[in-house]
Amino acid sequence: MTTDCQFQLNRESVALRDTDPTESLLRWLKRRRLAGTKEGCADGDCGACTVALLETDAAGKAHYRAVNSCLLPMGALPGRCVFTVEALAADETCLHPVQQALVDCAGSQCGYCTPGFVMSLFAGYYGGELDDTTTEGNLCRCTGYRPIRAATQQLAALAPTADRFSAELEHAAQPGSAALGSYFSPATVDEALALRAQHADAAWIGGGTDLGVELSHGKRVAPVFIALDRIAELRQLHIGDDAVQIGAGVALSVLESRLAGLFPALDQMLPWFAARQVRNRATLGGNLGTASPIGDLLPVLLALDATVQVRSPQGARDLAIADFFLDYRKTARQPEELICAVTLPRRAHVLSAAYKVAKRQTDDISIVAAAFALELDAQRTVRHARLAYGGVAAIPRRARRVEDLLLGKVFDQALLGQALALLREEFQPLSDHRAGAGYRRALCASLFAKFAAEHLPGAAP
Amino acid sequence: MSRKHESAAGHVSGRAVYTDEQNPPLGLLSLWPVQAPHAHARILALDTAAAAASPGVVRVLTAADIPGENDTGPILHDEPLIPADTVQFHGQAVAWVVAEDEAAARAAAALVKVDYEALPACLDIEQAIAAQAFHLPPARVQRGDAEQALAAAPLRLHGEVKIGGQDHFYLETQASWVQIDAEGLVQVTASTQHPSETQHIVARVLGLPANRVVCRCLRMGGGFGGKETQANSFAAVAALAAWRTGRPVRIKLSRQLDMQLTGKRHPFLARFEVGYDSDGLLHALRLALYADGGWSADLSPPVLMRAMVHVDNAYYCPHVAITGLIAKTHLASNTAFRGFGGPQGMLVGEEILARVAGALQLPADLVRERNFYRDDGDGARNQTPYGQPVVDNHLPQLWQQLKHDSDYAARRLAVAAFNAQHSTRKRGLAITPVKFGISFNKTEYNQAGALVHIYTDGSIQLNHGGTEMGQGLHTKMLAVAARVLGVSDARIRIMATSTDKVPNTSATAASSGSDLNGQAVKAACETLRARLTPVAAAMLGGEPEAVRFADDAVFLDTPGSPRLEFAEVAHAAYNARISLSATGYYRTPGLSWDPKQGRGHPFYYYAFGAAVAEVEVCGFTGVHTLRRVDLLHDVGDSLAEGIDRGQIEGGFVQGLGWLTCEELRWNAAGRLLTDAPSTYKIPTLGEVPQDFRVGLFRRRREPSTSVIFGSKGVGEPPLMLALSVREALRDAVAAFAAVPAAVTLASPATPEAVFLAIESVRGTAAAGAPAAATAEA
Repeated sequence: MTTDCQFQLNRESVALRDTDPTESLLRWLKRRRLAGTKEGCADGDCGACTVALLETDAAGKAHYRAVNSCLLPMGALPGRCVFTVEALAADETCLHPVQQALVDCAGSQCGYCTPGFVMSLFAGYYGGELDDTTTEGNLCRCTGYRPIRAATQQLAALAPTADRFSAELEHAAQPGSAALGSYFSPATVDEALALRAQHADAAWIGGGTDLGVELSHGKRVAPVFIALDRIAELRQLHIGDDAVQIGAGVALSVLESRLAGLFPALDQMLPWFAARQVRNRATLGGNLGTASPIGDLLPVLLALDATVQVRSPQGARDLAIADFFLDYRKTARQPEELICAVTLPRRAHVLSAAYKVAKRQTDDISIVAAAFALELDAQRTVRHARLAYGGVAAIPRRARRVEDLLLGKVFDQALLGQALALLREEFQPLSDHRAGAGYRRALCASLFAKFAAEHLPGAAP
Repeated sequence: MSRKHESAAGHVSGRAVYTDEQNPPLGLLSLWPVQAPHAHARILALDTAAAAASPGVVRVLTAADIPGENDTGPILHDEPLIPADTVQFHGQAVAWVVAEDEAAARAAAALVKVDYEALPACLDIEQAIAAQAFHLPPARVQRGDAEQALAAAPLRLHGEVKIGGQDHFYLETQASWVQIDAEGLVQVTASTQHPSETQHIVARVLGLPANRVVCRCLRMGGGFGGKETQANSFAAVAALAAWRTGRPVRIKLSRQLDMQLTGKRHPFLARFEVGYDSDGLLHALRLALYADGGWSADLSPPVLMRAMVHVDNAYYCPHVAITGLIAKTHLASNTAFRGFGGPQGMLVGEEILARVAGALQLPADLVRERNFYRDDGDGARNQTPYGQPVVDNHLPQLWQQLKHDSDYAARRLAVAAFNAQHSTRKRGLAITPVKFGISFNKTEYNQAGALVHIYTDGSIQLNHGGTEMGQGLHTKMLAVAARVLGVSDARIRIMATSTDKVPNTSATAASSGSDLNGQAVKAACETLRARLTPVAAAMLGGEPEAVRFADDAVFLDTPGSPRLEFAEVAHAAYNARISLSATGYYRTPGLSWDPKQGRGHPFYYYAFGAAVAEVEVCGFTGVHTLRRVDLLHDVGDSLAEGIDRGQIEGGFVQGLGWLTCEELRWNAAGRLLTDAPSTYKIPTLGEVPQDFRVGLFRRRREPSTSVIFGSKGVGEPPLMLALSVREALRDAVAAFAAVPAAVTLASPATPEAVFLAIESVRGTAAAGAPAAATAEA
């Protein structure tokens, strides 16, 4: 493990010795007077601080990933390459194509959010992913976004030409293990577990999109961090005939593209999970480790009967997702155990779908998230039923009474009516700033009614 | 004229500099507040010893440190900078820690010990009404005899509507830094829409004459009204810290602090009774408007008044009695926000029209257009309740054009057909108008100044009193100066707005930035041109009347005239000892306003627009998609079409956020729960309709006013075009009803609000669960 820490910032090597590993890259840039990267919230919700991280995927291919620099602790940087808006143009007369497109389309007004949009578009430009989702994690309060959409479309129509940034992708390498102060970035699971054995007070940190918010706000969180974002084993994805095994460290944006079409519920939920910059860092392992009662993917995992593989120096074990969540942010995982992978069984005849209702449909925390999986035989008898919800209890939960009611019965109007009545009583959600308890209770039933209407025609209420 | 934003290249390259990013002087200190954990409390004791001894701390500021007046109120002097004895809202700063950096200040703020005696708090308009807690006596706007006309009206209905507030969510939070030079000149750099007021408030707090304070504003990362007065107190606290420490001091609020400490768009409550006839024509209106002012008056009186004079929107009502009151609540003090009360007033007006149409089961667009102000002969139907005729009323033509362009009639049928075929999804379509008065209601604010220097090399510096917050004011001012002097933009440098260049300015607000400053810039440039003309005439050997300025050259309008470089003429003028520096000044003509009577001619002209919105609502969730939007807005002869389109689109989307997804929520203790973008949701690109059509209205008649080069103010009016979305949602909700039913829709119309409205028209609310929602809150 190297402790001679450096990283590449706009292709210049920067020494990190004596840098506080928990300081965010955004704060660090500001102290270095690189003012192009803006702070709009320091929460990972506005995208004004977006930078491009040069990353290699599990297959060794390099990509630019748009990430929120406010959520990226300096400890994560040794050996990495970061590009900020300052790198794109030497001066205002030789703008990069993404900058020129924004100028041409009147994509800036006050300009404060603009560098963040530039960097999101920059990553999309080299990744060939230019649509509305490219900048869904960037807030603009001035333009109404129409010119930014136009700029994105203009860029998408351009044939990308080889330039110094595309050349950069040719010789990027995955960084090896490193340590910056008490922020350790091991390269193998064994190394990670050994570190954990030495540091009982260490916190695991995956993509850092949750803990990064705490760190960004100056909270201490933990004295030692063991980062999981450069462990190759955790970034593997095996698509088998009977099951898919997802490494706990696979970024959600990778899942989005690699698993497309395999699990409708996952396909439907992933686009609603936060925004592009967050999905470029966030992982299933992190989502499970955080165990938020409103973690959007957790109901999906419940509905799909996932298995969670954890490892500790004592060995590996599999935990059924149904037994994983114990109480508010408390799980069956022991603190020294590392979540390594999640397995999703592939069931050919199961209908599945996921829904999310939030105040704003893009990049918001859900009021209620739900995932359903149902298998009916030729006689429309229910052979398998999973109704899983987030946002309605202290943990993500299945509506077991309703599942029991449905099993073995013919799915018809009457049965649906009984299920909906039971669903209205199944949970005792809270009222909060997102919504009232009554709305949440009503959604528990009506989202299942929506599922039935969309997927089981004839049984609609 | 198509012009790019003058800073566009700077924006995209990250090189455009904002207040907190200037090269800081050595020894720059930072601030962090000590926040009260009560909405209303007496401060019994305050112990700063531990904080003062904390590492990196230079000083802890309390009320006792203020050398001048402890007040930052812009109208009433009711707003202590640092409260000495009473906390008036949750999170209010009762002391400020000054330290070497922000982290040290923040750590030390937690060490300040404060003893409080909690007092009962008033946290919303209804509680304020119950307690009769108001900032000022009622304001009134009235015409005719509303009571008698109500009694005589063939039909009547009454109702109530509650309107949520809105956080500005400028991307750049409040920021200032202050340096005091060796001779005691206080130099303030602030992200402020009103440098003159910031200058005066800093002077007031420090007990100095205004000539000892200079306030500069480079550019803002968004303002929207949120930096009209709200910047003052943060600049003042930085100035106080600089005064007490002798060192330069900066402040830039974290997002959470910004959302907790600064005022927002006023929540409103409206209670109305309207008299009408079977054609849907309005006969009389009695309306009580309550604005939630928060803890201090701030700009609430003029905000309320603008609401009161925009309830009418585009509609004539012969007998009107509107009263307005400002609730005094223990919340952050609400303030200016794009539209300045106009949006809330117009929402009430549209609510009334919608309810009348609903009660009569008439198409809402028909009822709306029947009630339009019309200039038909005697002018009786073209007169607002406050006594101003609707000058240059283009709305009826604009409305018809939009109906035609948006294919309204055919889409109305298509929506009905869709709704007949779908039980769980319903579509809604609506068209709404905007008529918005342009000028500050307060007559004296309608003045502006400019200062233009030409240097002997022909380069030009342009100063004016307006501030740039992204709206493109500088771009337009550049256009005006370039046009009058006949030079290219490259020759002109726009300077940071500064109170030592142009004094006694008004806020850049009320959609009047271009109108006022543009005329002042024009006047200054015309003065300079007039001085250069005889010089050029002599050089060209022609008559002054024949001299032309264009394309960076000066020539005679005769064939074969020699051409002089602009710089040659400038240098020749210098040699001839002619001043190359000029001020320009403008006051808007013909304005009058009597706030006591609520009557006068407050607006130079009206801006007009209309919008068509089509939505689809999911009956299972209340979630909607905005399928298509058509906007048509009147910008006159645009100074910069690209800039104006940006204002229209941006204003619409900001209004869309206010009306659909942006919801402010407080807990029972008065603490703002939605103080970050994780909980307070402004629109993203995902909320913008894929089919979004924006047109500029080409008026057929010359205006009777002379606004700068025939243009019209465009900053605020388009925000209210978003009311079309609210009305389209209402239309969709109505389609869920088994039998025709009045639709009551909360504002913002969140998915939850729409869901409850659907349940209500379906008649299932009593049996279903949602009715319990508030009981358990």
